[in-house]
Amino acid sequence: MQHALEGSQALARTVALCRPQVIAAYPITPQTHIVENLSKLVADGVLDCELVSVESEFSAASVVLGAVAAGSRSYTASSSQGILLMAEVLFNIAGLRIPLVLTCANRAVSGPLSIWNDQQDSMAVRDAGWIQLYCANNQEAVDTTIQAFRIAEQCELPVMVCVDGFTLTHTLEVIDLPEQEQVDNMLPPFDFERRLDPQNPISIGTLVSPDFFTEARYSHHTALMEALDVIEQAAQSWQAISGRTQYPLLRSSGPEDARIAILTLGSVSGTLEAALEEYPDEPATRLIALRSFRPFPIEALQQACQGLTDLIVLERALSPGSGGIVGSEVRAAFSGVVDAPRIHNFSVGLGGRDIPLDIFPRLHAALRNGDGLPFAVIDLEPDRLPVSA
Amino acid sequence: MTDQPDTPNTRELRKNQPRFSGMESGHRACLGCGEALAARLVTEAAGPDVVYANATGCLEVFTTAWPESAWRVAWMHSLFENAAAIAAGMEAALKRQGKSTRVIAMGGDGGTFDIGFQALSGMLERGHNVLYVCFDNEAYMNTGIQRSGSTPHAAATTTSPSGKLRMGKRHLKKDIVTIVAAHHIPYAATASVAYPSDIRKKVRRALAIDGPTFLHIHSPCPLGWGHDGSLSIEVARLAVQTGLFPVIELERGGLAGVMPIRELRPVTDYLAIQQRFRHLFADNARAREELEHLQALADHNIEFYQLRGTHPDTRDTEGADTVTRGGMRWA
Repeated sequence: MQHALEGSQALARTVALCRPQVIAAYPITPQTHIVENLSKLVADGVLDCELVSVESEFSAASVVLGAVAAGSRSYTASSSQGILLMAEVLFNIAGLRIPLVLTCANRAVSGPLSIWNDQQDSMAVRDAGWIQLYCANNQEAVDTTIQAFRIAEQCELPVMVCVDGFTLTHTLEVIDLPEQEQVDNMLPPFDFERRLDPQNPISIGTLVSPDFFTEARYSHHTALMEALDVIEQAAQSWQAISGRTQYPLLRSSGPEDARIAILTLGSVSGTLEAALEEYPDEPATRLIALRSFRPFPIEALQQACQGLTDLIVLERALSPGSGGIVGSEVRAAFSGVVDAPRIHNFSVGLGGRDIPLDIFPRLHAALRNGDGLPFAVIDLEPDRLPVSA
Repeated sequence: MTDQPDTPNTRELRKNQPRFSGMESGHRACLGCGEALAARLVTEAAGPDVVYANATGCLEVFTTAWPESAWRVAWMHSLFENAAAIAAGMEAALKRQGKSTRVIAMGGDGGTFDIGFQALSGMLERGHNVLYVCFDNEAYMNTGIQRSGSTPHAAATTTSPSGKLRMGKRHLKKDIVTIVAAHHIPYAATASVAYPSDIRKKVRRALAIDGPTFLHIHSPCPLGWGHDGSLSIEVARLAVQTGLFPVIELERGGLAGVMPIRELRPVTDYLAIQQRFRHLFADNARAREELEHLQALADHNIEFYQLRGTHPDTRDTEGADTVTRGGMRWA
């Protein structure tokens, strides 16, 4: 059914439809509206679950970890500093192969302090061993959250659903919220085989010596790579149930014969779609919205880039001392590939800097200049740089 | 040799005695480890219908070297500082599932007094139905004897060594049980591994209560304290008998009971048998001053908690470790 909803409100109502038994969260801008809405759903009796209002994100992640280990479907959400405070637990959740879903309302990381959107937070924990799915709009965020529980529980891996803070979380959109029955068809009751059960006691989280650690890590890597198929299956299932086209690993749009493409994660793709119409005289450009960043879909990406001469990787994060994070990974994906496109890498929109439509012609101008090889910040204002001595 | 008629074969009796142990032998604790003994006693008293959250530390390391595990209970170790939060999550899940299974969190003094303190405070404040057990061996033993918030004043550790300018730890031992009790939880208590029946009684009492409960068990570490492993119980008992470790119970933040000291001992009896206090027995004024300081701390405890027994009692420091068949042992 169609509703005009704020992104956070839509997400909270979607999470409720997924029937979590335990939710633990700690408020942080811009995730706050999600937990506030969930708390209200619990208070109104719409959502019947244990809501644990913890004293920190560290405990939020720990509570849901303990809850899943005891056999309950669980959910948490955070942003920025909260994600980093959770970092140790995030690695632990993944390493213990605990299936749960976390919404990351993407925000810049301090310092200097910024409460606005970029994707530095989730990028900082890309190696934690979680599945990371990036949403282009709020309808995708709703659909992805439902699929995330299915993927998590099938792979016994945690899933981070990344949603741009403010740009999506605080934006009112018309959203098709699924019916309870549709979600129930997608998500059978959670039955965690490795749960802590006094009738069949097991030890979880033991000390592992060098004799076995490599194998533990490798099997975790394998599980993530195998999740590529599960992500595709979950998208197919949800497409059949919801009737909406799903794009499991990435979404490629725009003219087929374009020789230039722009790859983005998250809501920037919406801006670029509008820009494509606004600037029809620019060279034909394909848009690639990467949804699955972990696992990284190398094959799907190579396929989507066939025939390209230039690929622009536009990302809302920066690895100081190196450059782009996604850009480096995309370059690695094309290492040794014959006829690989030139890969230009730009950071954009850090700490919530607005990304206007004219970013599109500016990117094309940069391309003509040969910029972004290997890396540049496309929207840098040189006159605002600190004055050096 | 055959048994006399009507004389019970004690070995057979022991075998038939229904006794649950959640922690098996074969683990890798040091000889005389107080924590290993205390943990076994806790699992025995708690029974099998319990889920455990264990903080990182010796207990986790010496019981679970993969692919082996000493635990016969549903047990999970996550991290150093989150045992209380993990337990809170387990409790929320089990409650939602309508199960009566109890949850016990376990941590050392590092995981409880220091790095895990915030998670512990949060769990207590939110009123989770969890028993948190702290095995207190008064330093970070797992990493090689570094000072913690629980290390007693003047004790030498590798990060609070004695030397020309220092007499061991400069600060006081954190009064964790009072801090915990200040959350006004239904039940908080201290116990000592020297008094097993007291531990059992307190575990059962805590588990009978609906709400957060806390048990702080003084557990000697022969390696870290510098005493022979065969003396662990003796050392633990002396900590109680000197008044340095008061065995007390608090309900809703108020004092509800103490283990009276029948035969009071001077603190030097306790200190002299441990290498960590050796520097206090040098022949100099500063050592004498520190000894006086420690005696004053014990005197304060004795006065504050009224630890002096007035008459022999089955629950005092002499009565409580006397095995009374069919009596207090299973109280």
